[in-house]
Amino acid sequence: MAWQPCIGLEVHVELATESKMFCGCRNEFAAPPNSLCCPVCLGLPGSLPVPNRKAVEYVIRTGLALNCQVAETCRFARKNYFYPDLAKNFQISQYDEPLTYGGYIEFVADGEPVRIRIRRAHLEEDTGKNIHLPDGRSLVDYNRCGVPLMEIVTEPDFTTAEQCRVYLLELRSLLRYLEVSEANMEEGQLRAEPTVNLINSQTGQRTPKVEIKNLASIKAVHDAVQYEINRQLHAVEHGEEMFQETRRWNQQRGITTVMRRKETADDYMYFPEPDLPPLSPDPQWVAQIRASLPELPQQRRARFISQYGLPQYDAEVLTASKSTADYFEAVAAACADAKAASNWVMGDVQAYLNEHNLDITSFPLEPQRLAGLINLINEGVISSKIAKQVFPEMIATSRTAEQVVEEKGLKQIDDAGQLEAVIQEAIAANPKAVEDFKNGKQKALGALVGFVMRQTKGQANPQLVNQMLRQKLGA
Amino acid sequence: MQLHELTAYELSKKLAAGEISAREVVAGYYERIQAVEDRVQAFVCQTRELAEKKAAEIDEKRAAGEPLGPLAGVPIAVKDLLCTKGLPTTCCSKILEDFRPPYDATVIERCHQAHMPIVGKTNMDEFAMGSSTENSAFQVTRNPWDLETVPGGSSGGSAAAVAACEAPLALGSDTGGSIRQPAALCGIVGMKPTYGRVSRYGLIAYASSLDQIGPFARTVTDCALLLQVIAGHDPRDATSADLPVPDYVATLDAGIEGLKIGVIRELVYGQGIHPGVKARVLEAIDTLQNLGAECEEVSLPNIDYSMPVYYIIAPAECSSNLARFDGVRYGHRTNRSVSDIYDLFAKTRGEGFGEEVRLRIMLGTYALSTGYYDAYYLKALKVRTLIKKDFDTAWEKYDLLVCPTSPTTAWKFGEFDQLALKLADICTIPVNIAGVAGLSVPCGFDDGKPVGLQLIGKPFSEDLLLRAAYAYEQATDWHKQRPAL
Ligand SMILES: [Zn+2]
Repeated sequence: MAWQPCIGLEVHVELATESKMFCGCRNEFAAPPNSLCCPVCLGLPGSLPVPNRKAVEYVIRTGLALNCQVAETCRFARKNYFYPDLAKNFQISQYDEPLTYGGYIEFVADGEPVRIRIRRAHLEEDTGKNIHLPDGRSLVDYNRCGVPLMEIVTEPDFTTAEQCRVYLLELRSLLRYLEVSEANMEEGQLRAEPTVNLINSQTGQRTPKVEIKNLASIKAVHDAVQYEINRQLHAVEHGEEMFQETRRWNQQRGITTVMRRKETADDYMYFPEPDLPPLSPDPQWVAQIRASLPELPQQRRARFISQYGLPQYDAEVLTASKSTADYFEAVAAACADAKAASNWVMGDVQAYLNEHNLDITSFPLEPQRLAGLINLINEGVISSKIAKQVFPEMIATSRTAEQVVEEKGLKQIDDAGQLEAVIQEAIAANPKAVEDFKNGKQKALGALVGFVMRQTKGQANPQLVNQMLRQKLGA
Repeated sequence: MQLHELTAYELSKKLAAGEISAREVVAGYYERIQAVEDRVQAFVCQTRELAEKKAAEIDEKRAAGEPLGPLAGVPIAVKDLLCTKGLPTTCCSKILEDFRPPYDATVIERCHQAHMPIVGKTNMDEFAMGSSTENSAFQVTRNPWDLETVPGGSSGGSAAAVAACEAPLALGSDTGGSIRQPAALCGIVGMKPTYGRVSRYGLIAYASSLDQIGPFARTVTDCALLLQVIAGHDPRDATSADLPVPDYVATLDAGIEGLKIGVIRELVYGQGIHPGVKARVLEAIDTLQNLGAECEEVSLPNIDYSMPVYYIIAPAECSSNLARFDGVRYGHRTNRSVSDIYDLFAKTRGEGFGEEVRLRIMLGTYALSTGYYDAYYLKALKVRTLIKKDFDTAWEKYDLLVCPTSPTTAWKFGEFDQLALKLADICTIPVNIAGVAGLSVPCGFDDGKPVGLQLIGKPFSEDLLLRAAYAYEQATDWHKQRPAL
């Protein structure tokens, strides 16, 4: 294909600091309108910004995790434009001197290893929110105005929509591991704006860049990028005129539509913020931040494979969220059967969480108790099947697996004497199966085992039942 | 001697000794204001009720034996661009005509902590843009020495109030000379401290990288006392310096024996310096020498570029600083019908800002625009560095620099055209560009109008600057002369 997609992603991340970027107001979601404001974030005349050290630290932390350089010295800059949600009619951002720059991230997408260069991760302040009333009036809520915002810009290295999707998943997971943001796209804590155009690999010719807005989920980013690639390919193939423009993703219709055409580049009249001296992070501080970086998802994934012998798939699922990975490791440590731990966490635990819309950090069953359940299976005290009954009981009662098994009498029946009668009954009640088995149909034994298990409410040791049946039938 | 003729220092001693009450002082000053204000027009707002209440509190505290600062009970006038909680703070602009900030500037807080009653807010050029206070949207302030002439600006109201003894002390702000130049034209002491010495929190910005708040007083001692109150680090201003504040009064009389003083050739002998001004300044230099200082000529080769640098940087910063005045959250909003939000912005700002402010906003917007940024703003920043280097080089050899404060004495209203007016700041602007400290002290009269001597000191050498000014002041009696109002 002569025309190659060329996609760059600009991601804005609301940082989970206690206070806003340049004032002491609390950084919170869903407070009453204009209740989290002060002269500074309202841009009242005479007020001055003072940078939030924690926000600076969070950007450095993210930059380091993205293999970026940390600037020895950098500056804040004013981005000047008039809009009512911007209290000062300029945004304090960074321009030609970002805090961190020149990194990369690696991951696997479409079955291929991908390396995306990170141009910069810098610090700025968020804007407020305009609310338009049906009667034509507009209101502004400045609670979000001045919330610390990190902007992560990639080089235009993506070539498929799938790469964009995986990148955002990886980035989201990274941000959560670093504990710098909740990074929920649905709550606007993570906002992605792709820029899509095509480049002709033979002629080097480029189509005009199109920026896509209004993307409220990772899936929307994927779908919008895919749509845009197709639309642009169609346009070049049919010789349609193309424009440098901003397009809006229409979720319902699954298409992008023109928001505005850019005749000339926006002029934000950037200049160094004179109210803030240059920012020069102390190298020792940066070294401390680097040393305190947690194990990152990719490293942890590799370790799960090597240390626990887990399949790639398990490792990916478990490490997608730090708290899930932490939970898994606690279970694995207490039961010494990592694969069983993985199966439980990815299976029953996840199903319960999904059903109850819970996060694993608020899952009522502690890792030690789940490990106890796995141990009972491995010790042959109960079967896996019984374990499925014990599991909800443990969640509901906060008892240990042993206690539940004891109280409910769910212990596996390992005593041949106890099983003798029911084995006889099985043979008597299933003449057809007995006959089939005797004629060489091994599968027929299953029906007899099933009968015994049903009669014993699953408590019979299946291996023992198998063994006894074979003996009785003279196999 | 009448009460209003006493210096702040003299007042403070009488107050401390119980010879006079704070209420009497405030009453005395309002008597003086009533007597002369219709001619001077220094105040855009008088805060008599509050000042009287404050004075009563101070008297009670003193009676109760509570510890009070040296200036407790000494009134102060405040330039109308410093935020005063609940009081009008207009920048003498229609766009902020009804604005009352919900908070006090740091310097105002410090004045409150020092128990200084605020007598009123003073007139100024709109948003501090001007050199004559004629750009005020509200009124014309007259120079107490000659009511037909300007008081200088932009802090003309504060300078005139102190010169007319309507207040013993005042606060102003200085972006390109707005304290020193009116101090010179009104025959009083005015200081622009080093950038970062005084918190700018609550100062409605004109040009953030140049603005600095400073004191007006009739004597150097009073100037030192007021600087003591307002100087020092403020965590709310990221550009304020976290350095200790020396005792400015304690070292005032240490003399200037052996001090090395550079006489800036370009600003003493250069074109545009009025002969009468030059003559007074040269006499002052003789006096400094007689006091034991070693004076010699020094050239600051890049200083001539200060004006063009200033007229790029200041408008650029102001165009951004003043963007917030859009009628959405506070201040004036147009009454005319508007087609959309941008129309609201345009009409509000067109109505609210005066001509000079609009001119500088447009100049600054132009200088910051893509395609012009490198040629104007970036270049100005580079030349600014060169000018700073000139000063740095001078400090290797000299403790202080001297030159006139203003190239002329006070001029008649409307006398200067725009371009010439801008040259009024030729001697003061380099000090803001370099971020160093400057002080104007009266050094005589030309044709009956006051002339100011400017002393310039290296960063954070306000103590030395005050010491030299004090030595000069004590050797002369210019500061004892008062306008006949
Ligand atoms: Zn705030």
